[in-house]
Amino acid sequence: MYLSDLPKGAAATVEHVEDATASDAIAQRLRDLGFVHGEPVRIVTHAPWGGDPLLVQIGSTRFALRRREARRIVVSKEAA
Amino acid sequence: MSTASLRVALVGNPNCGKTALFNQLTGGRQKVANYAGVTVERKEGRFTSHSGRQVQLLDLPGAYSLEATSPDERITRDVLLGRYPGEAVPDLIVCVADATNLRLHLRFVLEVCRQGRPVVLALNMMDAARKRGIAIDIPALQQRLGLPVVQTVAVKRGGAQALIELVDGYVIPAAIPHESPAPASDLHAEVRSLLAATVTMPRATDSTDDAIDRWALHPVFGLAILALVMFLVFQAVYSIGKPMTDAIGDGVGWIGGLAGGVLPDGPLRGLVSDGLFGGLGTVLGFLPEILVLFLFIIVLEESGYLPRAAFLLDRLMVSVGLTGRSFIPLLSSFACAIPGVMGTRSITDPRDRLVTMMVAPLMTCSARLPVYALLIGAFIPAHRQIMGLFNLQGLVLFLLYALGIVGAMAVGWVLKRSHRDKTEHALMMELPSYRLPKARDIAIGLWERGTIFLKRLTGVILALTVLMWVLSTFPAPPAGAVGPAIDYSFAGYIGRALQHLFAPLGFNWQISLSLIPAFAARETAVAALATVYAVSGGDANTAGLGQALTAHITLASSISLMVWFAFAPQCMSTLAVIRRETQSWRTVALSFSYMFVLAYAASLLTYHLVEWFS
Repeated sequence: MYLSDLPKGAAATVEHVEDATASDAIAQRLRDLGFVHGEPVRIVTHAPWGGDPLLVQIGSTRFALRRREARRIVVSKEAA
Repeated sequence: MSTASLRVALVGNPNCGKTALFNQLTGGRQKVANYAGVTVERKEGRFTSHSGRQVQLLDLPGAYSLEATSPDERITRDVLLGRYPGEAVPDLIVCVADATNLRLHLRFVLEVCRQGRPVVLALNMMDAARKRGIAIDIPALQQRLGLPVVQTVAVKRGGAQALIELVDGYVIPAAIPHESPAPASDLHAEVRSLLAATVTMPRATDSTDDAIDRWALHPVFGLAILALVMFLVFQAVYSIGKPMTDAIGDGVGWIGGLAGGVLPDGPLRGLVSDGLFGGLGTVLGFLPEILVLFLFIIVLEESGYLPRAAFLLDRLMVSVGLTGRSFIPLLSSFACAIPGVMGTRSITDPRDRLVTMMVAPLMTCSARLPVYALLIGAFIPAHRQIMGLFNLQGLVLFLLYALGIVGAMAVGWVLKRSHRDKTEHALMMELPSYRLPKARDIAIGLWERGTIFLKRLTGVILALTVLMWVLSTFPAPPAGAVGPAIDYSFAGYIGRALQHLFAPLGFNWQISLSLIPAFAARETAVAALATVYAVSGGDANTAGLGQALTAHITLASSISLMVWFAFAPQCMSTLAVIRRETQSWRTVALSFSYMFVLAYAASLLTYHLVEWFS
């Protein structure tokens, strides 16, 4: 499941970031920003106009990610 | 030798308060703002420590990683690695990290440490961290990182004391043990173990931020708040700035009258009372309105609200070929297109950056305000209220701003359509914590803006005003001439020649003439008109100029002129900055010609529509 599939307010754990192309700079930047295995994330809210971009909480930081960016991030739902 | 001069570079993630720390250390007059990418220029300052040591401080652009993805991150990387031409490698790197956001910021600190250069860590915003109950075991952190760690509060007086003392006694080490570079994922693992061992954090976010964001980012209320904020700004420019403008205009007119009375009759008296007081005085009167506009822009920047606005508007901006990140440079362009064009450096994607640069001059910059204010004041009834709430003059001004925005959207959309390349553009934008703007930072910002405006007034605008006065005074009319003297002057001839081009837009020759100095600086058009009409026998102040205009041109011409100013390729400085930022004359030619065509067509249409209706 991808980060972009999560509903508003949902929490999950990052598995890994997929490269959409060979040597994908966007994927590399996402990893630099902290989207790495085991990191907890939460969808804070969606923007208006069709819920794009998403506001994602990771650590103490909030990032606005477009859906296409979030579709690179593989997550797993937290074990309840 | 600890007394030798020391070169120090400040680096850190965006929003770590690095620029505020730089100001604190150097007493510098640099802009402090609360969004990613404000520091796109090289900033250097100096200070002397207690023991008399000279420190040269370089403020590097904020970066998330040394794997640079934007022009400003590349600058930071190249300076740190000693690859930047003409820039010596710093003796000491001060890594600044926001103590409330260590999970993100420490990774970059570790990445910088890997470069094997002398590094110290400044934990900034310690006051905010304490307030949120974040406890950091500094001796343990220092020991695990193997580098000196100090605490700073950049926004408080004396908040950088510990850092100054550290730098004061710093001895440049002969060699740094060079660690073997490790993959990026290891850095994250290292940060996690560091945090687990040294930091306790009651909760990940600030509860105030969460509360504000619930409203500010709400799909419905968030947009309503944004629209309200924008609308209030423009109403305030009119209702607060305008009375002050009128007062200044009256004062300048009065002094001009006195000065004119003292001087003997002749060309000098004409230059002083018509040229200087008539021309310059009129432009000076707009200072309060410009300051009110800047006050709001600075407060919005400092508070951290702007990235929220970018978040709300991203989708809309993508649909017109821009990006949410364009919002910040475009908003600065409301003040002036020059910082706007320069601010596009924080846009990672080169294509997004180019489109933003193309449309930035369509945003209504503050130099257009004097022109709009003059025409609105002269042609739009003052005391008409719409729905008993807004005054009609404020509404017209709002519409002019809206016109620039709609024009920019249309141009962006066309550019997007014409692109063949459909690769992905990324957003990945941080939303920083809200901060209460500091009075000192606002005051510095306003002071900077005010002096830039006054410098332009005394430089370019003064020269052009005097030139306009000469052109419209000489040669004197021949004996027995019947028309006004100015008809026989150089200005009369140039104006009439230009009028062939601009007559279809409803411009008389005086207006056509004023478009020449407007190309150097838009607000000069007002001074030029004031000079021309004062010479041809009007009053030399804003109210007098307004009356002269209503006597000489129609409502249709005045609206057409406002539309011209909304789109026209004016201000050489903007074009010069576009050239500097893109290194391409082709881009400059493209932006000039598209704006000329757009302005001409829109004014032509407006003029004929208004004529036809009235």
